[in-house]
Parts: sequence; structure tokens; C-alpha cells
Amino acid sequence: MPRKLILCRCEDVTAEDVAHAVAAGFQSLEEVKRYTGFGTGPCQGKECLVPVALAVARASGIPPTALRPFTARAPLAPTELKQFAGLEEEPGPR
Amino acid sequence: MTASPKRLAGGHGPLPATAELVIVGGGIMGLALAYNLAVRGQKGVVVLEASYLASGASGRNGGGLRQQWSTEMNIRLMQESLEICGAFARDMGINVWMRQGGYLFLMRTAETRAQIERNIALQNRCDVPTRLITTDEARRLVPELAADQFLAASYNPTDAVVFPWPFLWGYAGAASRHGVSIHTETPVTAIERRGRDYLLTTARGTVAAPRVVNASGAWSPRVAALLGLTLPDWPARHEILSTEPLKPFLGPMVSVLESGLYVSQSTRGELVGGITMHEPRTNDIKLGSRLSFLGAMARGLIEVMPLLGDVKVVRQWAGPYDLTSDGNPIVGEAPGWPGFFLCCGFMGHGFMMAPVVAKYYALHLLGRETHPLFERWRLSRFAEGGTEAEKMIIG
Repeated sequence: MPRKLILCRCEDVTAEDVAHAVAAGFQSLEEVKRYTGFGTGPCQGKECLVPVALAVARASGIPPTALRPFTARAPLAPTELKQFAGLEEEPGPR
Repeated sequence: MTASPKRLAGGHGPLPATAELVIVGGGIMGLALAYNLAVRGQKGVVVLEASYLASGASGRNGGGLRQQWSTEMNIRLMQESLEICGAFARDMGINVWMRQGGYLFLMRTAETRAQIERNIALQNRCDVPTRLITTDEARRLVPELAADQFLAASYNPTDAVVFPWPFLWGYAGAASRHGVSIHTETPVTAIERRGRDYLLTTARGTVAAPRVVNASGAWSPRVAALLGLTLPDWPARHEILSTEPLKPFLGPMVSVLESGLYVSQSTRGELVGGITMHEPRTNDIKLGSRLSFLGAMARGLIEVMPLLGDVKVVRQWAGPYDLTSDGNPIVGEAPGWPGFFLCCGFMGHGFMMAPVVAKYYALHLLGRETHPLFERWRLSRFAEGGTEAEKMIIG
């Protein structure tokens, strides 16, 4: 393996960082996300989820098919606050 | 990064058949309590977490640490909690990204100002240096603020923000090293009396112990109901968002008292904040995100700092507040259930309180010292006419 293999380009998370997280006991993608910060940048995991999942599988011995993706978060892409400011208030009880 | 790292997460090992004390809930309260017990010599502590560590409110909050409260007990507790948090990185060997930028509360009405003035007098008597300041002074602290719409502000420079997750890992790692056994993905499905013990059935086997602590936050009424015990706290969804990272510009946590809006800048540069969204009361734990929250939060932020309109939201999520009718937690042994202890109802502010509450809870369980919080926050107060309500509940 190269000395520095970046898996999450938004947050500069390397294969070694992921292996370190697994060695500290984090085995689910939700936990590895929180420990390494992968998937929390502008792409929100759209680029890095699969490479990181494969790295977690390799480091933990868990089959890739047994790993679940972390919860996808809105918005779909980073969006200016002003785009949301004009939304109608939701009808219903307050 | 070449050395083998310390274990920081829980595990999936077999449950011991018996324990001295079982803590239900692997959030900040449960893990801090486990650590505080073990470090003082308590053996046989087991933590059962239904999901992963930080999966509940402890991993979903804004990481605020403030001393601006309306009751003396909470002010003094948070003073001590802040001291523990300030030493946490050194004591536990993990970076918690703490930043002591203060808290700036903005207010619009004379009614709010009257309450805040009473709070400040109380805070000052406790040596918390909060001041009521003019909107001009507020603008000097945060030049981006559209301050003219407000009447005044209260500012305490010693309040702080942290990154929540490393607190859980710090407590979990240190608790494990002191002999605590932490089991994740281990939901409790039944609890029954068995002689002088409680027998807890989980997805990974059973464990019996004479003492149990219910520290499961918004899930605590469900855990208590397994035993036939009805708790008066209830869950409430609280939504929050994070923006793209920006150059550090925002010193204090900024909050608007009348709307419940709050926003701070993390050491990563992101703005993190939420706002009160009114929802009908329910016993369901809802963690879905809504577009209506983005609308309310965007309007609230732009109103307070108009230039934020061009800042991008990166993600939104939700966490469960664990609410009570008087704004105070529920602690101590449940009447009629000897050995079954409660540590819940922390009103969405349990994260900041956990370091100090867990210390006094451990001393209480070890029979060494009983803090007045066990009298003030006991479960039976609800039937007996209540206690002094806490008014500084934000979000």
C-alpha cells in the first residue's frame, strides 16, 4: 500500500486513518465517520463511502456486504441559506 | 499513528452472567458515570448500549457549555463541569476541540430582560462574570450582527463550545482501562426482579445485578417501562444543521432567547446551530430531518447575521431532547424499586452537565457523599408539588 492513500478528499482521510479507527474499536461506518470525519465535507460521502467501506472491511475482516452505509443527510448538495429562507412555513399545529 | 491505538469504542463480547452495577445507555451520562465509578474503585460495572456510542443525543448536540442558568444549582454545577471539561484533554488524553469564546444571548423584549437581569445577579453571586450589555457592545463582539433589532444582550466570556464525540470516546476508553465492560449493539429487551437482583435480558444474553442505572436519555421511559415503572419525561425532536467551514470569525456562541436560535463556530470552522420548532407532544422518538427546519433556521440566521445568506448548508440532522415539566432532570433511586436508579430528563442540556453530574452520581452510589441535586431532582417531586423550575432551556 502507498504510504499515504487518501480515501476522503474533502476531509483528507487516509487508508491509514481508517485502519487506525478500526483498531480503536470503531467498526460500523457511522462510527468510522464520526471518528475520522470522512463523509462530513462538501460531498457528504458521495465520493468516499465505498472506498472507506472497503477499507473498513479489509481492516476489520467484516465482509463488505455486512456493512451498512451511514445515514444520508439533506441537503443533496451544499446549498446557500438564502435559498431556504423563502420556504413557506409548514402548515399544521404550532 | 503507527503505535497500536487505545480502544475507544465499545465491544460485542459475551455479557458476564452477573455484575455489581449495570448502566443502561452508552451516552455521555452512562459512560461518564461508568468512568467515575471505576476510577474510584467500583468493580463489576457493565454498560449496555442499544446502538453505537454517540448514537443518541450525546452525539447529536451542539456541544455548548454554559454557566448562564436561572437556578443556583445549575450555575454552580456548570461552573464545575466547565473546569472538568477544561482539564479533559489533559486528563483523558483526547482532543475535545474546546474553545472558550463565551455565550452571547440576545433579547428582544423587556420581559425577557427582566428575567435575564435576575439570572445575571444570581450568576454574579456565584462568581460567573456575566454582564448585561448594550447592542453596540454586542456588535463590537460580533461585527456581523444586525444588532439594532434587539433590546440588549447578556454575555459571559467564560462559556465554551466543544466537539461532543471525543468526550464519549475519552470516557469509554478510560472506563474500559479501569475494568468497565461496554457492550454496544446490545439493546435491553426485558428487566425483571430476581431476588435482590435485576435480571436484564438483551439481544446478546442476560446479566443480573443488584443495581441498575437508567441513563438512556430520551429512551429512559421505555427502559423503565420494561420494569413496569412509569416515568414522566418525554422525548422531543430537536433539529440542527452544519454549514461549510468558514475562516474563524465568530467568537461567542450567539443565541436569541425569544426564538431559541443558537449558532456557534466550531474549531473546524463550520457554523453549527438550531432553533425551536414547535411540535405536538408525543412519546415517539422522531429523528427525521425536515425542510421546514431549514427554512426556519435560514430565516433566523439571516435575520441575525444577514451576510450568512450566502453561506452553504452542508447537512442537517436531529437528536432527541429528554424533557420534563419543570425543566429539571430526574435522578436517584426509583421509589418502590430498590437498586433501580434514574439519571435522565436532562432537557437537551445533559451533555454539558454530564461531567459534573456523573462525578456526584458516582459518589452517591458509592455512599461517600450526597449532593443536594439528589433531593432537588428526585422523581417523587412531581407528585409532591414540584421544585424550582429552570427557565434557561434553549432550543
